[in-house]
Amino acid sequence: MADLPDFASTSLISTLPEPVPARRAAGVWRSAWRRFRRDGVGMVSLAVVVAYALLIACTGSGLVARGWQDEVGQPDAPPSFAGGAARAATVAASAAAAASARAEVDISDVDPLAPRYQEWDARAAQYQAQARPVAATLPFGADRLGRDVLSKALKGTQISVSVGVLAAIVATLIGASLGAVAGFFGGHVGDLVEWVYNVLTAVPEILLFFAFAAVFGRGISTLVLILGLTGWTGQYRQVRAEFIKHSRREYVRAAEAIGASAGARMFRHILPNVSHVILVRMSLMVVGFIKAEVILSYLGLGVATDQVSWGTMLAESQSELILGHWWQLAAATIAMAVFVTAFSLMADAWRDALDPRLQK
Amino acid sequence: MTPLLKVQDLHVAFRLHDERGRSRHVEAVGRGTQGISFEVPANTTVALVGESGSGKSVSAMALVQLLPRNAECAGRVLWNGEDLLQASRARMQRLRGHEIACVFQDPMSSLNPVLSVGEQIAEPLRKHLGLSRAAARSRAEELLAEVGIPEPRRRLDAWPHQLSGGQQQRVMIAMALACEPRLLIADEPTTALDVTIQRQILELLARVQAQRGLAMLFISHDLAVVGEVAQQIVVMRQGTVRERGSVAELFDAPKDAYTKALLACRPRLDDKPRRLTVIDDVLVVEAPGDVAPEAGAAGAATVRNVDVDLNPRRADDDDPVVLQVDGLSKSFWLRRGLFARSEFKAVQDVRFTLRRGHTLGVVGESGSGKTTMGLTLLRLHDAASGPLSGRVLFHGHDLLALAPADRLAMRRRIQIVFQNPYEALNPRFTIGQALVEPMTIHGIGVDAPARERKARDWLVRVGLDAEAMHKYPHEFSGGQRQRIAIARSLTLSPDVLVLDEAVATLDVSVQAQVLNLLKDLQDELGLAYIFISHDLAVVRFMADDVMVMKDGRVVEHRRTDALLAHPQDDYTRRLISAVTRGPANAPLRAAAPA
Repeated sequence: MADLPDFASTSLISTLPEPVPARRAAGVWRSAWRRFRRDGVGMVSLAVVVAYALLIACTGSGLVARGWQDEVGQPDAPPSFAGGAARAATVAASAAAAASARAEVDISDVDPLAPRYQEWDARAAQYQAQARPVAATLPFGADRLGRDVLSKALKGTQISVSVGVLAAIVATLIGASLGAVAGFFGGHVGDLVEWVYNVLTAVPEILLFFAFAAVFGRGISTLVLILGLTGWTGQYRQVRAEFIKHSRREYVRAAEAIGASAGARMFRHILPNVSHVILVRMSLMVVGFIKAEVILSYLGLGVATDQVSWGTMLAESQSELILGHWWQLAAATIAMAVFVTAFSLMADAWRDALDPRLQK
Repeated sequence: MTPLLKVQDLHVAFRLHDERGRSRHVEAVGRGTQGISFEVPANTTVALVGESGSGKSVSAMALVQLLPRNAECAGRVLWNGEDLLQASRARMQRLRGHEIACVFQDPMSSLNPVLSVGEQIAEPLRKHLGLSRAAARSRAEELLAEVGIPEPRRRLDAWPHQLSGGQQQRVMIAMALACEPRLLIADEPTTALDVTIQRQILELLARVQAQRGLAMLFISHDLAVVGEVAQQIVVMRQGTVRERGSVAELFDAPKDAYTKALLACRPRLDDKPRRLTVIDDVLVVEAPGDVAPEAGAAGAATVRNVDVDLNPRRADDDDPVVLQVDGLSKSFWLRRGLFARSEFKAVQDVRFTLRRGHTLGVVGESGSGKTTMGLTLLRLHDAASGPLSGRVLFHGHDLLALAPADRLAMRRRIQIVFQNPYEALNPRFTIGQALVEPMTIHGIGVDAPARERKARDWLVRVGLDAEAMHKYPHEFSGGQRQRIAIARSLTLSPDVLVLDEAVATLDVSVQAQVLNLLKDLQDELGLAYIFISHDLAVVRFMADDVMVMKDGRVVEHRRTDALLAHPQDDYTRRLISAVTRGPANAPLRAAAPA
């Protein structure tokens, strides 16, 4: 290796240009992104999730579905693609028929008020003209109160997804930090955290939901707290296991040998190596929490009555279904199924892309 | 006589996808049009020798078609005239285990942990030979007795974790022999074992081969091991065969330069050169190839011969003492039941003095407490793990009595390099980050750019390119990673470096380069080494004094030359005799076939 500089010429090296900092940091994440891009299913699901995110941004800022509470259609108006137009036509025809029938028959002999009907009709028409005209059919139908199901589904998406994501963040913060502490230190600290975990998991989850809901009252922030405070256990176990495994590995020992403090070893050394586990677990939790929100809202413990989520839509659709009004159920189900499926697939793809074992 | 197995012009390539999704072929065996060819005659041991990446294991696995799906084989593998590369899946399944059996490197991961030893040996007997459960069991017992496991009847019901590493490897051999195969493929069967156990397993393989008239294909990176068991040797490098011949020819009159280099680069018990020859000294850069060659130690290219001594190191007794250890003991608490605990004495009453620029070799088998001793010096054990006693005087300060706050300063002065270069670097840190971190912790260098400059200097000093700063550990070979680990320790300018089996997992040729580097650094910086190893030949090359440890105690501690020339203790003698030395004294080798 004659081209290598020898010991004496180290001063030559110090004249090399300073490194570009960006070149250093990108490595792991950029190569993960490269691997992710090769995954067709992952990319499609990512596109779907991004579309949902844009939609949520729109509903959140009020661009879309601002008037989800307005009565824009007839009660239980059917969706236009499923016979709604036909129904609207028959309704109009029968009304016209009734009006013309009334005009043709003279019943003033038997009804002393008959001569005034016309006058009243005219005044009634005047009065009705001030009311908003309601559509007989809507793109995805209307609910019992004549609200647009499509707008409700869009607004519900915003509430449900943000509950799921925020709760997953809360649960990840709790679970990952407890797991890191328990796994890294072990001993009495680990025993204590493990004891908390055992007690919490020994109580049926639904009881915990009820207990927290009774204390905090209804609302989005309550839901986030409930789900976050009860749902961290899975994340905790996994992070703890990873920290136990990693804290015995030689690179962590080597860091201790150079004098790295416990905090540095936990967060600078081990955390980046287990971040893929945490991320993937978190995205799975998002899916789980969305489903949990649906169940809680269905049970009446979820979002407040003046809000809408996929769960409240499902709860309403229970009584509608008996009358054959399926569209609200369908709208909530489709919105949820597409998002949950896309999010799960995306999480899988991220796990594959981020796993350092696949980097070679 | 037609050979049992004849490999003709074998090529193996792996289909790989790079990050952008393009597929490409990487040649593992064979280069261009040149494939590999060799023969294994009946009743003969043929060895495939080469460094990692030479394609020796891939070739062997191609014979039995145990390669991953993305491998593509070409050429011919004739087994009694039948081409195995064309054979059907069912035919191969019958052949594997029945006619061709394999023994792998790591017995612990090759045995199924949830099946008892007896069940695992009985499985091929029942499957291939159709024996009844009882017959298979009694046959398994005979096999265990044959491979030298004491109390075979009782061991049938043992679980793999209840056996030692050597016993596990014996069980693997018993499994391989179960169906009376005609060819045994042994892939680095002793690499994961202690020297004394290695010796026993080699003896066992040689005995079984001779008694049963087996053909054996023995794969190893170590010519000295191969020289003791094989009759014929095939030397491979970078996917091609460099030389073929009988052991005598190869060792006495190697024709190929690479073979010569491999023979020369291993430290020997009977000779202590100034520097070890490295491959690059002998092979004047042939073809850069696609396998990145290990960067040679800086300046090594000019030092052709072993005894050219540019600046002789004086290891005299007047050098200042840096470390004085007195009565060092370390125990671990073992849990017994719910509340009780017992004390396991891992290190007992170790005493030594280490002077500046000197090397203390610590030798022993696994479990002898040598690694624990090294870690104890650095206080790398949890305080709650067990009691610690004795005195470690470092420049007059007792390290064991230091308050936790003062330990940081001490950490800087004593550093450690671990055994496994694949584990000791954080996979998510670039080399630059890994090198700068210790300096940041200890406040060495004024600012970040100054530290980065220093880090780059160190990289160059250990023989790497300064460009390596921005790469991640997985982009380097084992030898390069070990250089990085050494550079990382040295950024703190320590006085004492604990080398815990630092070269044990490296190929012989790479090992020579790292050992040379360590010697150069010691000469230049006056480092004191504590060199922990199981390999006496390596210790002889490195150490001034040797301490032999067994069961946590020091059984012998003297000057290296004196200890090797006149070992006082039985255990030391056993260790010395277990060192493999090639065919010069090959009691193992069966007589060559007629």
